[in-house]
Amino acid sequence: MPTMKPSERMKIPRQAMPERHAAERAVCFQEVNCGYPPDAAATEANRCLQCKDAKCIGGCPVGVNIPAFVEAIAANDLSAAADILLADNVLPGITGRVCPQEKQCEALCVRAKKGTPVGVGYLERFVADWAREHRKDLFEPPAATGKRVAVVGSGPGGLTCAGELAKRGHAVTVFEALHIPGGVLVYGIPEFRLPKAIVHAEVESLRRRGVEIVTDVVIGQTYTIHELLGVEGFDSVFIANGAGLPIFQGIPGENLKGVYSANEFLTRVNLMGAYRFGETDTPIIKASETVVCGGGNTAMDAVRTARRLGGDPATLAYRRSREEMPARAEEVKHAEEEGVVFRFLCSPLEVLGDEKGWVRGVRCIQMELGEPDASGRRRPVPVPGSEFEIPCQVFIQAIGTKANPLLTQTTPGLNTNKWGNIIVDADHMTSIPGVFAGGDIVRGGATVILAMGDGKSAAAAMDRYLGNGSGDAAST
Amino acid sequence: MFTIEQAEWLAPKVRRLVVRAPRVSSHHKPGHFVIVRVHEGGERIPLTIADSDAASGTITLIVQIVGATTERLCSLSAGDSIANVAGPLGRPTEIENFGHAVLVGGGVGTAVIFPQAAKLREVGNRVTAVIGGRSREYVILEKELSSHCNHVYPCTDDGSYGYHGFVTAKLKEVIEECGDVGVVLTAGPVPMMRAVAGVTRPLGIKTIVSLNPIMVDGTGMCGGCRVTVAGEMKFACVDGPEFDAHTVDFAELTDRLTTYREQEALAWNRLHELTERSDASASRCKMREMEDAAASR
Ligand SMILES: Cc1cc2nc3c(=O)[nH]c(=O)nc-3n(C[C@H](O)[C@H](O)[C@H](O)COP(=O)(O)OP(=O)(O)OC[C@H]3O[C@@H](n4cnc5c(N)ncnc54)[C@H](O)[C@@H]3O)c2cc1C
Ligand SMILES: Cc1cc2nc3c(=O)[nH]c(=O)nc-3n(C[C@H](O)[C@H](O)[C@H](O)COP(=O)(O)OP(=O)(O)OC[C@H]3O[C@@H](n4cnc5c(N)ncnc54)[C@H](O)[C@@H]3O)c2cc1C
Ligand code: SF4
Ligand code: SF4
Ligand code: FES
Repeated sequence: MPTMKPSERMKIPRQAMPERHAAERAVCFQEVNCGYPPDAAATEANRCLQCKDAKCIGGCPVGVNIPAFVEAIAANDLSAAADILLADNVLPGITGRVCPQEKQCEALCVRAKKGTPVGVGYLERFVADWAREHRKDLFEPPAATGKRVAVVGSGPGGLTCAGELAKRGHAVTVFEALHIPGGVLVYGIPEFRLPKAIVHAEVESLRRRGVEIVTDVVIGQTYTIHELLGVEGFDSVFIANGAGLPIFQGIPGENLKGVYSANEFLTRVNLMGAYRFGETDTPIIKASETVVCGGGNTAMDAVRTARRLGGDPATLAYRRSREEMPARAEEVKHAEEEGVVFRFLCSPLEVLGDEKGWVRGVRCIQMELGEPDASGRRRPVPVPGSEFEIPCQVFIQAIGTKANPLLTQTTPGLNTNKWGNIIVDADHMTSIPGVFAGGDIVRGGATVILAMGDGKSAAAAMDRYLGNGSGDAAST
Repeated sequence: MFTIEQAEWLAPKVRRLVVRAPRVSSHHKPGHFVIVRVHEGGERIPLTIADSDAASGTITLIVQIVGATTERLCSLSAGDSIANVAGPLGRPTEIENFGHAVLVGGGVGTAVIFPQAAKLREVGNRVTAVIGGRSREYVILEKELSSHCNHVYPCTDDGSYGYHGFVTAKLKEVIEECGDVGVVLTAGPVPMMRAVAGVTRPLGIKTIVSLNPIMVDGTGMCGGCRVTVAGEMKFACVDGPEFDAHTVDFAELTDRLTTYREQEALAWNRLHELTERSDASASRCKMREMEDAAASR
């Protein structure tokens, strides 16, 4: 294909992502985005200016070589595109779908300055989906090093670290507390945003690489970290148990029937399949009116899930304004199209119950934006006398999570900060020699790609710790 | 998969299952529970570890049929397997020498006090168990408890066996007669635990209850198991399940346990219809076999 002139490239408009119709998807759990057809992907790839100094790469926490993989798509060499992508990112089918691209790679794309950035996330997803269907996992097992590593938690951080260590010939065992591996990817992020089949395929490919995944093991209870290093004979441990302890606001009425943490609500629906109650056994309260409190991805997932369970209206109450919402821009757009009602500058004061102990509504107060706070965002302050009620039968708290203390409390010598997050050095090593950590348990609630980045760089450091010299992975 | 090695009925609707789970059995302490998922698509339910044998790598569960999941579990026999068993979970019972420890168990709650009795005795306590059931056939583990306790008092509501009356009445007697009770540990139906707390509160006797709220993950991740203790929100799966009985909000616990009553009834009906339907399809197969046999003749 003759190379295009930049001026020609500049003329191509950003290719829209084909989506399931809003009315249809508001009542079903099938994926909203349908993926680019091949011609749209090629067209979108041609929008990339192939910058010498590609700023987009600096926006990606794992440094994906964006111009290179995009160029391979334009040249219709998807196999090469997959090789380039997978060299930096082992879970592109997942990050292509859930990364906050508008704040990362796409935010720094030069084309964002005048118009719209290259659809890096959409293209990443396109290549990953093609590779999953068309490529056999050709994998030469590396020479075994004889070292054994335990990974705690099978979220994106743990899975990435396990894959990287297996590539280097270490024997890896992942211990997962729940009955299905994947962490937030399976219990938190809903099917309509990230089909579980994609996560399961990634997990299967790790298994083929020789990674052993043991579910139903709760580290800190079934084994302590010290036992893993001692009697269980592991040479090193990577902790990626996430930050899964739900926060409740502490307002009256939080123990009424019909109040959920977003974690419980999403776990019942995603992990336990409560939206298919009948085929599955785990129940969920189906409400005609639901209110979700929060403004992040978790709140957005909860409110869109409630909408799909029949919530009409399904309302999101956020105490700041739209501009401050931390959720991915695409989710906010999708939620709006699906009929989710947004109440900005709205803060719940009390959950109201009926005489039988069921939620009947939530009493809120109107907020206004005052002076900027420590985070630089304008602090919401209540408007006196502006209280009002929103009727609902389910109220979901999605105001964040903290570090789960289960593991840290049973691990003497493991240093944590005042929020309970594990403290690590530049090599991701904790205060216990040979024990490394990464992902949300170190950072607090962050992102999938940051957890993966931690898993990857920790694996390199662990490899050095285990005496494997260079720290470079054998080629894929 | 976790294989069932032994299964037997202890009482009507109460089954004892010995399950191979070596990772769990080697770490079990009194007070611990497991989360069990019987089959694919099944729900996760918490069950106390009634006993364990690290040498054979097994744990004992004592399960009462109260709904669809427990019924499915109790329909299994030796050789069958359970999809998932995670644990041990929860904080172990605080075991120390209280002088005289009285354990009060109602129904399958007796499964909770059984491992406690052994450990309390080991550290030098005098141990008395008061165990209750509706009638004679519902009193479980009496013989097993006898080997760890100085006294075991079975009680039945209808007087068909042992003491005629509620466990709380017998507990009062024991406290009055002995005068040296240092601690009471109790597990069973919520109204019973609440009544036990009512007996000991005015007397200022330290009392520990094992609470049974609805759980999902059992690791502190969902908050579904939250209970109010001394005015504070606690997650029973990681902060408990044992708490100071005198400060537990039992009314709230009772109410929260009714959250899924409607769906539980649906699940129950479905399970029973299913079994009927599979009987029906089995008989259809049988008929086809007979027809085939007739045709080939
Ligand atoms: C609802 C929701 C939506 C989100 N949406 C996005 C998004 O769109 N984009 C994005 O980038 N990020 C998103 N995030 C954040 C992202 O999912 C997390 O930052 C990321 O998953 C963290 O990865 P992790 O590997 O550190 O831990 P997790 O994914 O939390 O995985 C931890 C795993 O460890 C297991 N575990 C915990 N304790 C133990 C123990 N003691 N023993 C054994 N196993 C244990 C857990 O069961 C879990 O499987 C979202 C988060 C939530 C909750
Ligand atoms: C720490 C703990 C230890 C327990 N130990 C035992 C035990 O050793 N033996 C035993 O027979 N039972 C025990 N239980 C109770 C047992 O978990 C429930 O009986 C079981 O979950 C009911 O499931 P089901 O589908 O059969 O009944 P359902 O039809 O779901 O419910 C019947 C009743 O059980 C209660 N229940 C429902 N789901 C749960 C749940 N996930 N957790 C707790 N209660 C629930 C409800 O209040 C309901 O009224 C324990 C519970 C806890 C929290
Ligand atoms: S991993 Fe995320 S940030 Fe990096 S290129 Fe892909 S979508 Fe962008
Ligand atoms: S900054 Fe944008 S245009 Fe330039 S290489 Fe990256 S994706 Fe292409
Ligand atoms: S069962 Fe989920 S936090 Fe206790």
